[in-house]
Amino acid sequence: MTNVNLSRRAFIQTSVAAGGGLLLGFHMPSASAAKIEPTPWNTPTSGVEVNAWLTVDPNGGFTIRIPHTEMGQGGITSVAMMIAEELDVPWNKIQTVFADPNRHLRNNKEYKVMSTHGSQLVRLQHPHLMQAGASARERLKEAAAQAWGVPRDQVVAKQGVLTSGAKSAPYAEFATAAAKIKLDKEPEIKKDGEWWLLGTPTQRLDIPHKVNGSAEYAIDTRVPGMVYAAVKACPVPWGAVKSFNFEAIKGRPGVIAAIELKAVPGKEDQPDMQNAVAVVADSWYRAKTALDLLPIEWDFGPNANVSSADMLAIGRKVVEEKGIVSKDSPQAIELVANGKKVVSAQYERPFETHARMEPINATVHVQDDRVDVWSPTQDQSSAVLLVADQLKRDPKDVYAHTMFLGGGFGGNGAGGTAVTRQAAEISRQVKRPVKVLWSREEDIAQDKQRMMSVAKLSASIGANGLPEAIVTRAMWFSKGKANQIGPATADYGITTMPYIIPNRHHERQNVETHIPSSTHRAPGANQTGFITECFIDELALAGGWNPLDWRIEMTKGLADHQLVLNMLKDKAGYRTDLRRGEGMGVAIVECHETIAAACATVSVSRRGQLTVEKIVVVADPGHVINPHAGREQMEGSVIYELGHAWMGGLDIQKGRVANTNFDSYNLMRIDQAPEIETHFALSKGKRWGGLGEPAGPPVPPAVANAIFAATGKRIRSTPFRLHDLSWS
Amino acid sequence: MAVTLTINGTSHNVDVEPETPLLWVIRDNIGLTGTKYGCGISRCGACTIHIDGKPVKACQTAASAAVGKQVTTIEGLSKDSTHPVQVAWVEVGVPQCGYCQSGQIMSAAALLATRKKPSDREIDAAMADNICRCGTYPRIKAGIRRASEIAGS
Ligand code: FES
Ligand code: FES
Repeated sequence: MTNVNLSRRAFIQTSVAAGGGLLLGFHMPSASAAKIEPTPWNTPTSGVEVNAWLTVDPNGGFTIRIPHTEMGQGGITSVAMMIAEELDVPWNKIQTVFADPNRHLRNNKEYKVMSTHGSQLVRLQHPHLMQAGASARERLKEAAAQAWGVPRDQVVAKQGVLTSGAKSAPYAEFATAAAKIKLDKEPEIKKDGEWWLLGTPTQRLDIPHKVNGSAEYAIDTRVPGMVYAAVKACPVPWGAVKSFNFEAIKGRPGVIAAIELKAVPGKEDQPDMQNAVAVVADSWYRAKTALDLLPIEWDFGPNANVSSADMLAIGRKVVEEKGIVSKDSPQAIELVANGKKVVSAQYERPFETHARMEPINATVHVQDDRVDVWSPTQDQSSAVLLVADQLKRDPKDVYAHTMFLGGGFGGNGAGGTAVTRQAAEISRQVKRPVKVLWSREEDIAQDKQRMMSVAKLSASIGANGLPEAIVTRAMWFSKGKANQIGPATADYGITTMPYIIPNRHHERQNVETHIPSSTHRAPGANQTGFITECFIDELALAGGWNPLDWRIEMTKGLADHQLVLNMLKDKAGYRTDLRRGEGMGVAIVECHETIAAACATVSVSRRGQLTVEKIVVVADPGHVINPHAGREQMEGSVIYELGHAWMGGLDIQKGRVANTNFDSYNLMRIDQAPEIETHFALSKGKRWGGLGEPAGPPVPPAVANAIFAATGKRIRSTPFRLHDLSWS
Repeated sequence: MAVTLTINGTSHNVDVEPETPLLWVIRDNIGLTGTKYGCGISRCGACTIHIDGKPVKACQTAASAAVGKQVTTIEGLSKDSTHPVQVAWVEVGVPQCGYCQSGQIMSAAALLATRKKPSDREIDAAMADNICRCGTYPRIKAGIRRASEIAGS
């Protein structure tokens, strides 16, 4: 069940510390960005550093330095839990600070990974994070063993206390000695089943800050002497500024400067700047209103007439042509060409935008001896490198301050976008700290969008009603290297479908577009999960199968899939005999090593009004560190993906994004949100999956399949809002 | 031009054009950054504050319109996060990224001030202006129900 009535755990006072650290467990004066420690990684306590992740503090507390960012996924808490588990200290004695990205870069990637993406914090980082805790524990034990003259295995470390026979001492007593100890052999990390803390639903440490306005995001940065900039890039990406007339706005209150920002020819990757104009003023509102009045003449360039309709026509053509072969099977092609019963369908999905609630922004302060950056980035080290590159400064002189992120969703939260360069450039020119904030309109227009895609699928159904062969071609429009990021390819969720279809042939194509594109929560799977799982429903029904039974049948031998599907069958009460206007649908998609299945219940009025009543999600991430945060992420992913599929969709007109703000790019609201029930089906074996993204992709197809069950209308494109769902 | 505003019980003199939206006065001039910018066009609720106890979108309210009135922001909702909505929010674990939550909490507090035990429909209606990109809606609903219990006990 959705577990929302958790027992109230220790209410841990938290606050943001000077120098970019988030401190939990201590009261600190509210963040004053001005007070930057010369070495900001110094623990703001007098604790002894046992390793880069950890200090043991004289007051009996433990400070954990979090190398990752917190965008609501519970990263701070999961990292602290993993280290506390191994260290074996009371949970309420933990405080956390964000680790320093500059230290990480100076010391040859000391924290191994600081970027936070791909649902990989637990999935890929757990071994070295747990190792940091285990290693510290063993070194504390060794220090005590040496002092007490006993072998290490006769020292017990438990809940912050070292004991051997009658002797006992708090960890703090041996912290200094432990810091110097080198172990002959690093300890193994604990296995699932040996845990006392991991796997327990634990309230997130950041929550208390997020109910009283004290959590500080990059957008909240205030530095003495700071000025503000509003920016407008050419509405058609990669167009140019012909001219602008600063004289027209110069006399407006508070206006300081207008600055032209220039794209570097040939540099069109994610973090590269577009041609743009910035207005700098003593408040953002004054900068923004002046920018709106600034006469700018643009050269829109060669893409000024591109529209979604044109792109769709290209996409439809491309899927008729041979592409890059992802999986080759001439046999499949042959069987589909000559099959007795062949099902074919074409699916289409539009661009979507990240629309993080915190609009894209960055604050940079360029000084002679150092540069400071506050950026809502998922990857602080990339913010450091970008600023260093823009200013031609040594990265060692650049300090990134980790702030809370107002959403991430794979958009790299601006660390990898042009705003960080823009802020560096403007601060360099005006010689003052500057906060650059993109208006929501600029954020939607200039974000790196999730790719638009088209796919054509055909399958031949054999004697038992099950497919004997499938042939697919998928294409997407991507810009530059975006199609090479992570696992995402145009046919990612298609090639990874688990079904044991004897003959499979898959092709893909990337078509270059001028619309900047990037990873987006559950990359690849987010677009193709819908395409695959709706088509699968068509196949199951064409073969006379119950769609859920079909999936169970076609994943036989895949134990984890069977576990998930059988739990879904058990929990969701899936049925195919509801009265007209009501329907249930299922889907299953794997991404980031987690298998997630969803069952949707919908009702559709005769006039075609859709209500999504309920979504049941079952996920197998293998193991779960903090089930509380895991469930939150599952609920959030459900709403995130369903929102795109139902009311989302970017429209490209005249070479630019036509949607401007939340009046024309609609996100799901509370009155449209379904009831959500989440379940874990933990396989507990080798699988270590993420939970930040995988529960999203199966939801849109489950809903579309439910709509078909309710109305007989098969939806092959999103958003659903553009489809007439009425029935009689 | 100077405008005098009473925010969380404290009087402030600020030098802004009177038509400047309260949102920017609160954030940039006064330095209370709990109130957030999300859209600037009254479509997301991130900037929700109370004026004389009523929920208002600060991005579309001129500073001059608040002169002589009581403005309350998230920072002034309670002294130590003890408003029933804040207590319930912590208990249920509503926030994810947290960016929208000041606005959500201010809208929820305003709802509960007029409806002690709101129905699901009333919750939907009162909260529909507040977008949460992280999708915390199920917990917002649970949080409001819990806050109503806390306030009633
Ligand atoms: S910022 Fe005011 S409603 Fe969105
Ligand atoms: S908690 Fe992130 S937008 Fe609501």
